[in-house]
Amino acid sequence: MSLFNNLAGILGKLSLKQFPHDPLTMFGAGLIVLVPIVIIAILTVTKRWRWLYREWLTTQDPKRIGIMYIIVAIAMGLRGLSDVLLIRTQQAISVGSSQGILSASHFQQIVSAHGTIMIFFVAMGLMFGIINLIVPLQIGARDVAFPFLNATSFWLFFSGMVLINLSLVIGDFSAAGWLAYPPLSELKYSPTVGVDYWIWSLEIAGVGSLLAGINFLVTILKMRVKGMSLMKMPMFCWSVLGSMFLVAFAFPILTVALTLLAFDRDLGTHFFTSGGGGNMMMYVNLIWAWGHPEVYILVLPAFGVFSEVVSAFSRKKLFGYTSMVWAIWAIVFLSFIVWLHHFFTMGAGSNVNAFFGIMTMIIAVPTGVKLFNWLFTMYRGKLDLKTPLLWFIAFAVVFTIGGMAGVLMAVPPIDFQLHNSLFLVAHFHMMIVGGVVFGYFAGITYWFPKFFGFKLNERLGRYAFWCWLIGFLLAFIPLYILGFMGATRRLNHYSASLGWQPLFVVAGIGAVVIAVGVGFQFLQLIFSILQRHQNTSGDDPWDARSLEWSLPTPVPFYNYARLPAVTERDAFWIAKRTHQIDTREYEPIELPRNTPLSMIIGVSILIFAFAIVWHIWWLAAVGLLAAVVIIIRSMDENTTYTISANEVMKLDKLYREGEV
Amino acid sequence: MNKIKNSQTYDVLVSRHNPESASLRGYIIGFLGSIALTLIAYLLTYYHAAGRDVLFGLLAALALTQFAVQLIYFLHVGKEFSPRLKLIVMSCMIIVVCILVGGSLWIMSNLNGRVMPSTKQMTRYMNDQDNL
Repeated sequence: MSLFNNLAGILGKLSLKQFPHDPLTMFGAGLIVLVPIVIIAILTVTKRWRWLYREWLTTQDPKRIGIMYIIVAIAMGLRGLSDVLLIRTQQAISVGSSQGILSASHFQQIVSAHGTIMIFFVAMGLMFGIINLIVPLQIGARDVAFPFLNATSFWLFFSGMVLINLSLVIGDFSAAGWLAYPPLSELKYSPTVGVDYWIWSLEIAGVGSLLAGINFLVTILKMRVKGMSLMKMPMFCWSVLGSMFLVAFAFPILTVALTLLAFDRDLGTHFFTSGGGGNMMMYVNLIWAWGHPEVYILVLPAFGVFSEVVSAFSRKKLFGYTSMVWAIWAIVFLSFIVWLHHFFTMGAGSNVNAFFGIMTMIIAVPTGVKLFNWLFTMYRGKLDLKTPLLWFIAFAVVFTIGGMAGVLMAVPPIDFQLHNSLFLVAHFHMMIVGGVVFGYFAGITYWFPKFFGFKLNERLGRYAFWCWLIGFLLAFIPLYILGFMGATRRLNHYSASLGWQPLFVVAGIGAVVIAVGVGFQFLQLIFSILQRHQNTSGDDPWDARSLEWSLPTPVPFYNYARLPAVTERDAFWIAKRTHQIDTREYEPIELPRNTPLSMIIGVSILIFAFAIVWHIWWLAAVGLLAAVVIIIRSMDENTTYTISANEVMKLDKLYREGEV
Repeated sequence: MNKIKNSQTYDVLVSRHNPESASLRGYIIGFLGSIALTLIAYLLTYYHAAGRDVLFGLLAALALTQFAVQLIYFLHVGKEFSPRLKLIVMSCMIIVVCILVGGSLWIMSNLNGRVMPSTKQMTRYMNDQDNL
């Protein structure tokens, strides 16, 4: 026993008591532990470790990094979805004398985890995944501006993901909501490690996002192929540029706010406490100064996906290109001056509330411009109603309903009524699921054949789509009504006399229908893989307009054997119509070498954060490894290799003939 | 280094084009300068080295100095490779900083005036505000 006590000293706050004891948590923790074990076992049995290491873990290729982002996002989406099912089950049955299946604290942890995971590890993961895959191809580049930084961003994102899932196995998670407002998130009211897990997971993933944002900002500004001026870029690149601009300017605020909260918890400072001169509303102010741009960070690239999809499946060029660009930059600017609408009720004066309320209403204007542009693009187009366009139509409806609810809440007196109610929850799910998630589903269906050489099964895709749409409306329309009836968010129990139960049951059924839709999406993936030889798609399956479709499928690791010649917007479309044949000479290509250093940085930062969470100070020294790695890397002159012109020619021929 | 450079990859690495702007010396000065300025601010506050209002002024001055140090030594303002782009980025940054700092000051002072004051503060605040 004395040995154990000694160990306990070395291990900071960590002890056996921190491992889960109740059956439900043990089941969740078991899954979290089991999944990696199964993956490791499969890799070992099929002898794929070397392949995994060489082709994926050490890669600097944005296409592979993008796919890894999307895989992580899908895995986290499943976790977020299972959280939803627990939340909705609890709310459907925990009425009157019944307490449901979850304890109050456990319920709050699940709600907090759901929000955090869905935003940071699903929406952000899908977004950066698609950006990594598409942006270099669309601007005619062979790589991003800083390939090593790009891989490091992914590994930081990955580390944040691992840390948040560790909280299910060791210790607990934050029960303070997805943005952990103080004073509840301060040490006094949340004494366990839950909030620390939350802080450090977001800190790491947030720095990863910031670095990736800067990377793509520079990539788009500086690496466009010759002839592609900004106004000739595909609309997806414009919206990514706007989004990455927001990342570069907004994410530092998150980093600072989280660091100050960590100081409060670990070093006894008083930035956000009620005593000692602190002000908890300063945290709310800072977190939303990041949090509101964050919403647009997520949705702008989804808008970009829709611009590509609508124009490709209407067989028309995008309507109102210039107004689209201006709408994006109006949204970018306005998104920085609306953040107070998240806390109208904190007690600020009417001048302050009126200013931010009006700004919030104005931001609906450029968004409306975009929506009309898409509709005009479809107008008299030759519509091809494939799943990507279906996702767009569903988005147009859902996003408009949710958006109008948002404009309603931008009126401060109305917000006083609806603040923290389920009406708000319904509103932002309509924006984030209806806008962001539908957008990325459309994007994945649209671009999937470019990277894998076969289309996704259309019939199962439609089944998934209809389950998603119907389930989604079933799940969230009742929440609008419940919100009007006074139901607040994060409610784990309510009185039977309120008469809310039927609506909660409907919402629960909606969640189950969505889960069925997700099931169809997995079936779709499996069937498409099984039937891949029947469904080969060629290089340009949708007869689309932008440069990525000019490449052979699957896309060569160097992207372009010869850099494309761009003189106009939709250069590939014009090249196809005029049957241009490229007769230029091949040139040597310089590409980054694979390196494990990005992964080492990610892992050492993960260990560092884990050590800080548990106050295991000696272990935190591992974090220094990251610094050492960065120094080693910055001394390395030999980070690239060159493919000779001759080899490029041979490879290009092989790829064009589909031999690779 | 006789490698044949590909036409576009890594063009963005300013240091290869403009070695003077990114010298090791500059980075070390910037790094040590930032640490020193942070420590001074911390120690001034920790020991309450001056009266309340003087201290606020000093901290703001130190913050602005650090802002300038980082702009000069890390972001190489004034030695830019492509002035137009940097000018755009710089003005965006200044606008965003003004919005956030100015907005936060406005929001928090408004809030403090309304919800956390002593009677004296409340009177002063109400005299300052025409609309109340």
